[in-house]
Amino acid sequence: MGAVDVAELVMAYGDFRAVDGISFEVGEGEFFGILGPNGAGKTTTLELIEGLRKPASGSVRLLGEVPWPRNSGLLPRIGVQLQASAFFERLDAREQIHTFASMYGVSTARGDEWLERVGLTEKAGVAAEKLSGGQAQRLAIACALVHDPEVVFLDEPTAALDPQARRNLWDLLSGLNDDGRTVILTTHYMDEAEVLCDRVAIMDHGKILKLGSPAELIRGLDAPVRITIADAQLSVAEAGRIAGVDDASEEAAGLVLTTRRPADVLTALAGGDQLDGLQVKAATLEDVFLDVTGREYRA
Amino acid sequence: MKAFKAIAVAILKGFVRDKASVFFAIVFPLMFLVLFGGIFNNTESSPVETKSVGEVALIDGLPKDAKEAFDESFDVEQVDAADRDDAIAEVRKGDLDLVLEQDGDTLVAHYTQTDQVKAATIRGVLQAFVDGTNVAVTGQEPKFSLQAESVEDDSMQMIDFVTPGLLGWAIAMSAAFGAAATLNGWRTTKLLRRIQLSPVPTGVVVGARVVATMLIALVQTAIFLGLGTVAFGLNLTGSWWMSVPLVMCGTLCFLAVGLLSGAVAKTTEGAVNMANFLVLPMAFLSGSFFPLDSAPGWLQVISKAMPLRHLNDGMLDVMVRGEGPAAALVPMGILLVFAAVLTAIAAKLFRWDTV
Ligand SMILES: Nc1ncnc2c1ncn2[C@@H]1O[C@H](COP(=O)(O)OP(=O)(O)OP(=O)(O)O)[C@@H](O)[C@H]1O
Ligand SMILES: [Mg+2]
Repeated sequence: MGAVDVAELVMAYGDFRAVDGISFEVGEGEFFGILGPNGAGKTTTLELIEGLRKPASGSVRLLGEVPWPRNSGLLPRIGVQLQASAFFERLDAREQIHTFASMYGVSTARGDEWLERVGLTEKAGVAAEKLSGGQAQRLAIACALVHDPEVVFLDEPTAALDPQARRNLWDLLSGLNDDGRTVILTTHYMDEAEVLCDRVAIMDHGKILKLGSPAELIRGLDAPVRITIADAQLSVAEAGRIAGVDDASEEAAGLVLTTRRPADVLTALAGGDQLDGLQVKAATLEDVFLDVTGREYRA
Repeated sequence: MKAFKAIAVAILKGFVRDKASVFFAIVFPLMFLVLFGGIFNNTESSPVETKSVGEVALIDGLPKDAKEAFDESFDVEQVDAADRDDAIAEVRKGDLDLVLEQDGDTLVAHYTQTDQVKAATIRGVLQAFVDGTNVAVTGQEPKFSLQAESVEDDSMQMIDFVTPGLLGWAIAMSAAFGAAATLNGWRTTKLLRRIQLSPVPTGVVVGARVVATMLIALVQTAIFLGLGTVAFGLNLTGSWWMSVPLVMCGTLCFLAVGLLSGAVAKTTEGAVNMANFLVLPMAFLSGSFFPLDSAPGWLQVISKAMPLRHLNDGMLDVMVRGEGPAAALVPMGILLVFAAVLTAIAAKLFRWDTV
């Protein structure tokens, strides 16, 4: 029995199907990502699983139970960080997490521990409204975890953060399922899903386009690897003759070789001592998205 | 219980730290109290500024104690007959209150009707002096005499009338705004959603809001009564403590008004405006700012349909009119009925989400 079991789930706002017949399972202790552009239906999917919305059809099981209508037996076992930071007005960070701790019947000391763990101890006295975007997200995540839930839902925890803050948050997030907790996260960012998630569902227009581990999805794509080296070490024609190179071309960045056998090509280049300015770019989830939708991924 | 307390404390802290809500709940109504209680409470009217044309024998011939009383109310300057017309012109312009002259046995008073209260006082007082002199001239003891007794406590003053009404308004305002703003604010920030996803039952959240508002209302009451008594000489009568349960019932009723505004309006501003739109006219119609005793009958009828009117009446009865504790019971009942009906409507219209 998985932590989450979704089958043929449909949810419509009026005539518009925001979630259009999706099915997937999330195993216990798994770090599961839902990846997709704006309006893909990620938040709606989470809300259906959390029991905030009623499915039009299909079924949802969360920890083996039906979450809708409000299932109060389930609520202490799940933690939620909503897309918008939902805080009590004019309370500081410590008061926020203490309030949430009390709402879940756990000691306020646990709140302080979590504040420490997300690195907000120094900001404990700052009003939630005055925290930076990244600090507010950390606080919201801490509030979601203060009662040590079995399943935690994070809706775009890294939205609106600069790349540095995003990477800092990854360190925190990647440890969340270490002790067997199930994590379900939505994101716009391909790299984030690749780094954090055991499995990813790529979603667009309310449907799941692909489902699998990031490595699996990329492998399934059978996309070539792009190897770039500095100019003037090799002519385009010479490069084209290396065994395994499908295509060679001169680009602004240097000489670009495309190959499906990167190991052979790199060995050959190394043998000729031609690795100056080397860059290797394998396919990413971005390419998977491009492949399944036929359009460029724009978050 | 822990959750209940935590949420109530969170609400109270949010209130105390919000300068605008503290201002509108406490400072703003107090400003009215100071205005009515401190400034208009001055019941000693200034003496009537008077010019007499030549000698006025009737006044000059008053017995000693009557003359003293006259001098207390009238500030007389004697002018020549030549200046008579100028003096009357002064009255017309409002620079002077009264010109007196005696024409044979007739005392002639020139005054203006602009200030009706003063005009009535002048006429009444002068008439009394003339009548008194007439009696004295006949040399007989007066047969009838008048003893004036106000039905209210002798010492009842402006402050006693305005405090209950202003307090009622303050409580109505903060309860309604508090509920409307909380409901919509929490809905907009999704905090409502977030709480819905916690194991805290809805009843506990509502209860915490109610208790927080009641505590605020009690603080308002304490400040009003304390300041009124200490600074402005408010006279509380025997069963004033019944204003506490009255205030509780009023809070429930206006929480329901706020809940309804919050449920109907889409945005926080909309909800607050709506609460304002309901409470402010109601305050006027319920006699919070001035008594409605002289209002036309139809207005009285409308007024009786306002919950605030009953809160104000009940508080007046127990706080300053000296009625027994039972006088608060009917208003309390009416407020609770309003609260129940409005809450039921709000619950029907309530949505968890903005859309
Ligand atoms: N309450 C609503 N009423 C009507 N339509 C809605 C509502 N909520 C969402 N939608 C629509 O449903 C679709 C899916 O919305 P959803 O919020 O699930 O997307 P999302 O993948 O979370 O997007 P984002 O990345 O922007 O958060 C969108 O097209 C959105 O416009
Ligand atoms: Mg979303």
